Amino acid sequence: MAKLKSLMNVFRQESIWISIISIFLGLLIGAIVMLIGGYEPILAYQSMIEKIVGNPYDIGETIRSIMPLILTGLAVAVAFRGGMFNIGVEGQIVMGSIGALFVGYFLDLPPVLHAIVAIVVGAIFGGLWGMLVAWLKTSRGINEVVTCIMLNWSALYISHIVVRMFMMEEGTARSKLIQDSASIEIPFLIQWFDGARIHWGFIITMLLLVGYSFYMNKTKWGYELRAVGSSKHAAHYAGISVNKTIHRTFFISGMMGGLVGTFEILGVFKYLAIAPTTSGLGFDGIAVALLGMNTAIGILLAAALFGALMYGSQGMSFGADVPGEVIRMVVSIIIFFAAAPGMLRVLFKLRRSTRRKEVSARGNDSVSH
Amino acid sequence: MTAQHDIVLELKGLTKRFPGIVANDSIDLQLRKGEILALLGENGAGKSTLMNMVFGLYQPDEGEIWINGQPVSMDTPSKAIELGIGMVHQHFKLVPPFTVTENIVLGMETKKGLAIDLKSSAQRIQELSDRYNLNIKPHAVVDTISVGMQQRVEIMKILYRGADILIFDEPTAVLTPQEITELLAILKGLAAEGKSIIIITHKLKEIMEIADRCTVIRRGKVIDTLEVATASPEALAERMVGRNVSLHVDKEAAQPGERLLEVKDLHVKDSSGQDMLRGVNFDIRAGEIVGIAGVDGNGQSELIEALTGMMKIESGSIRLEGKEMANLSPRTVSERGVGHIPQDRHKHGLVLDFTVSENSVLKSYYNSPMSKLGILQESNIRKEAERFIESYDIRTPGTEVLARSLSGGNQQKIIIAREIEANPKFLIAAQPTRGLDVGAISFVHKQLIAERDAGKAVLLVSFELDEILDVADRILVIFNGQIVGETTPSATNEQKLGLMMAGKLGGESSNG
Amino acid sequence: MKKKGWLLMLASVMVLTLVLSGCGAKNKETDPATGGSAPKSDLKVGLVTDLGSVNDKSFNQSAWEGLQKLRDEKGVSVKYMEPKKDAEIIPNLNQFVKGGYDLTWATGFTMMDPVKQIAGENPNAKLAIIDAEVQAPNVASVLFQEHEGSFLVGVIAGLTTKTNKLGFVGGLELPVIKRFEVGFRAGVEAVNPEAAKNLKVIYTADFSRVDKGKSAASTIYEGGADIIFHASGMTGNGVFNEAKERKQRGENVWVIGVDMDQSLTFGDEITLTSMIKRVDNAVIEISKQLEGDKFPAGKTTYMGLKEKGVDIAPTSTKNVAPEVLEKVEEYRTKIINGEIKVPSE
Repeated sequence: MAKLKSLMNVFRQESIWISIISIFLGLLIGAIVMLIGGYEPILAYQSMIEKIVGNPYDIGETIRSIMPLILTGLAVAVAFRGGMFNIGVEGQIVMGSIGALFVGYFLDLPPVLHAIVAIVVGAIFGGLWGMLVAWLKTSRGINEVVTCIMLNWSALYISHIVVRMFMMEEGTARSKLIQDSASIEIPFLIQWFDGARIHWGFIITMLLLVGYSFYMNKTKWGYELRAVGSSKHAAHYAGISVNKTIHRTFFISGMMGGLVGTFEILGVFKYLAIAPTTSGLGFDGIAVALLGMNTAIGILLAAALFGALMYGSQGMSFGADVPGEVIRMVVSIIIFFAAAPGMLRVLFKLRRSTRRKEVSARGNDSVSH
Repeated sequence: MTAQHDIVLELKGLTKRFPGIVANDSIDLQLRKGEILALLGENGAGKSTLMNMVFGLYQPDEGEIWINGQPVSMDTPSKAIELGIGMVHQHFKLVPPFTVTENIVLGMETKKGLAIDLKSSAQRIQELSDRYNLNIKPHAVVDTISVGMQQRVEIMKILYRGADILIFDEPTAVLTPQEITELLAILKGLAAEGKSIIIITHKLKEIMEIADRCTVIRRGKVIDTLEVATASPEALAERMVGRNVSLHVDKEAAQPGERLLEVKDLHVKDSSGQDMLRGVNFDIRAGEIVGIAGVDGNGQSELIEALTGMMKIESGSIRLEGKEMANLSPRTVSERGVGHIPQDRHKHGLVLDFTVSENSVLKSYYNSPMSKLGILQESNIRKEAERFIESYDIRTPGTEVLARSLSGGNQQKIIIAREIEANPKFLIAAQPTRGLDVGAISFVHKQLIAERDAGKAVLLVSFELDEILDVADRILVIFNGQIVGETTPSATNEQKLGLMMAGKLGGESSNG
Repeated sequence: MKKKGWLLMLASVMVLTLVLSGCGAKNKETDPATGGSAPKSDLKVGLVTDLGSVNDKSFNQSAWEGLQKLRDEKGVSVKYMEPKKDAEIIPNLNQFVKGGYDLTWATGFTMMDPVKQIAGENPNAKLAIIDAEVQAPNVASVLFQEHEGSFLVGVIAGLTTKTNKLGFVGGLELPVIKRFEVGFRAGVEAVNPEAAKNLKVIYTADFSRVDKGKSAASTIYEGGADIIFHASGMTGNGVFNEAKERKQRGENVWVIGVDMDQSLTFGDEITLTSMIKRVDNAVIEISKQLEGDKFPAGKTTYMGLKEKGVDIAPTSTKNVAPEVLEKVEEYRTKIINGEIKVPSE
């Protein structure tokens, strides 16, 4: 009960309302942009909403596009809480997919076990790739942003080499398919959702979301991670091994990334394509984590907003003939507003409104809590 | 002055409530033209809240602010500045890469067409500087000037904006003794020029030296307003803390026992490879307080970090009860029974964005009863924090507020509680009273002495000679990475110590 | 005061939105897609692009232009979707298939697996794919005989080169790209065997990295070649950039473009000619067959020189010598007659 109450409290906070107003404002300005371009905003938004929740298939696909965003959001958030910036989720995703693909293609295991092994190996691949960043940081003092970006490309090209060398499907630009025993599709849900690609990754993602919150706030490792994140000096003083914590942080963060790749292989594509660039999901994760203020519930909401907008925006093209460039602009505007409630706060000078006393008292409250 | 005073600022029944606490309870206060009014109170008494209302940062829940006989509504700092009020905050608000002039004119630049006219501004700053003896170099870059000068730039900022009422929030907390003397002279000069000054402080010495009157606040209420000329420091201190405080430390003679800590030929280099400790030898017995006196930067920090395992040593040995503990991890050192009240409580002593509870278990969180199987035992942790709050009189709205939101004194009390309650054999206290008020200082000193009396070895590192002389049983003087002299409080005085600290006089038994 | 100002602005923004919404609706009516003057047809044809846009100056754009022509001529309703991520391809195909479209086009090799899947799941839907062969009873596959067109530009290159050294820049080493290389080599061989021996081939392993195209081109030009034929999508932009820089330094180098007439994008001072794929023609021809129920489902249509599926760009007259063009026509006839069989692998 108390948990539920504190959950509901989130909605009572000023910041949530500001976020909602911000999103609304973003929609409004997006509408103006569309009007200037000569498109119909109301029809466009209607089409977007229809695309998001219009039928079981689209609902399923919306959920499918939200899932990886939750994971990449978590990946980035873990590192943020540890005081670091993981811009290398992209590469960790690729490594995760390589791991899952290897197990899925080469090993012969009974159905459920096969998938589990593939998931574990994919997660570990991503985790180790993340830990490489941490190791370079602690042993060589290289800033993680630099190594992350370089390792993103390294991972991509490693994936090209690996696919070409071991499991290229003749006449295509992709690997061979994983075995059916490694698939994590949920057939009855897929049927339910009219063919949308729903897989067990969804359940695991939700568990990880809860696990993230628990790990951060209720375990001693989370305590150490947060301590290092807020003050390396104080953590060192307290006897916490800062380097070890950095390694652990990046391992966990990389694992989340690795799982994204794993799920895409085992649940969505069944193969790894030789892609010219990485997916971009890792970069979206940065925005999700920031927008979600690194909290589990925030990441869930932010990923839902992001995923729904991205998936739903395709409906704007179909239903209202809005071209891709304008759609991307409108989506960016909405996200920009959602991410900048602080800006709105300034615009409205909420602190000096007629509710001045209440707000400033509450503002002070939030400072001290 | 006669009874006929010009009242430039008057507060009438000012009340400010925060959730769970009345920060200011119907405060009345008058500031006369050309006087220096000291606002005295313990940490958390409500001084800063009050001044933030005067400066427009907070809105009062009740009461009025009158300026020059007119009621005003002070809703923003810019309004306050408009009405001639300026505030120098404890933490400076300067842009380091900008020049002094740029910092001062920031936000009210004189423009020549589109360009900012810095030249005439610099001229005006120079004039003001000369007039008030601020000795400011308008073209210096803020990054490169001393803390004292930065503070004078802050003063200049408000003078430049034409302030007549100047508020100083703990202005001497960050200054060296020499800078303090300079500042006090400047304040007197400003008052003589007709500026009215409020100075928030808890340093009695300074009040006695410069203030005309002193208003004492305790727990959000005005207790008394005294004419400083006729008041004694003891009277002020008593009103501030609400009971008799002795400004002198009472302690029995030490009864040193066995040798507990033994440091031999300790060499430490800093990260850039410079020798910071060059053969330090000393020992501490159970039941004694050894004070390390010295000017900052002579190796004190490195000594403490080496003793606590936070820094690797080059050579030498550190033995606790005969067992070597050089180059062990900080955690092992702490588990061997070394407590450490660090010099910088914000950087090391606390994770400011952790709650009071979380900070209370900063060194014990990983073991039972604070965590079991890796899971934090929140109720045990909260109980620990409550115990600290109770027995060390930590003023906080609760255990789950961020350490950042507490006053400096209360933050320090969390650290002291944590380190002492861990029951160490050897306690290192580095600058344990920096920035604390009279009541808190005496509390800390009493705790250190109680530890000594309980048979612990205590190492007190301080830049305040008063403190070393009052609290330590034995004094070691550190200079340039070596112990250059040893003495006792009874055998020395501030002058002699000062000379030793400058490396000019050996102690009665030098072992460096 | 200020707060009121913001409220006012917010309100006016809302009013503006409503007012302009009305205008937007009016715009819609003049849209040729739904306009009354054009011929009317009940057919609906959709296009899902490769990971690119309908403005990519390549085959996605060409395919969309084909559909637009179809709309203007026949009054067919047409729409396109641009997936931004691999995972969006299937939902986009589904949008058309489940939305009751008569035909759904997929442009590009990478769409092979998704098309196969959707075709299997929706046996009653009709799909068509370009540049790949999908074995399904309800999918029409279109393969271009790139080697035939490449042969012709090979003839041009072989007869135009001054240094007797040529280059080829490919994207990924896929069968379809290989066809360009092999056909090109055969064309050069036919008119200038020495230059065929000196043909330098680089695969950049990438269709979207301008930097890689630039460095590949630099390598080839440094080796003494003066003409490069590229089949590498966006990567080829780098080839053009490198050529432009060298041209400005006075070197006499050329690029042969691909898919569309690239002299229109990169200028005719460096574009010798282009091997164009008439994706638009293919899209129009096959879509038209829906009407007479002749839709080539389950079949692969080969679009070669004969079918006007590949060709050299019409602007070739600008930089290619007339006697060379004559030679090209000669070879064209031979290929169409079957006198010459251009190798494809």
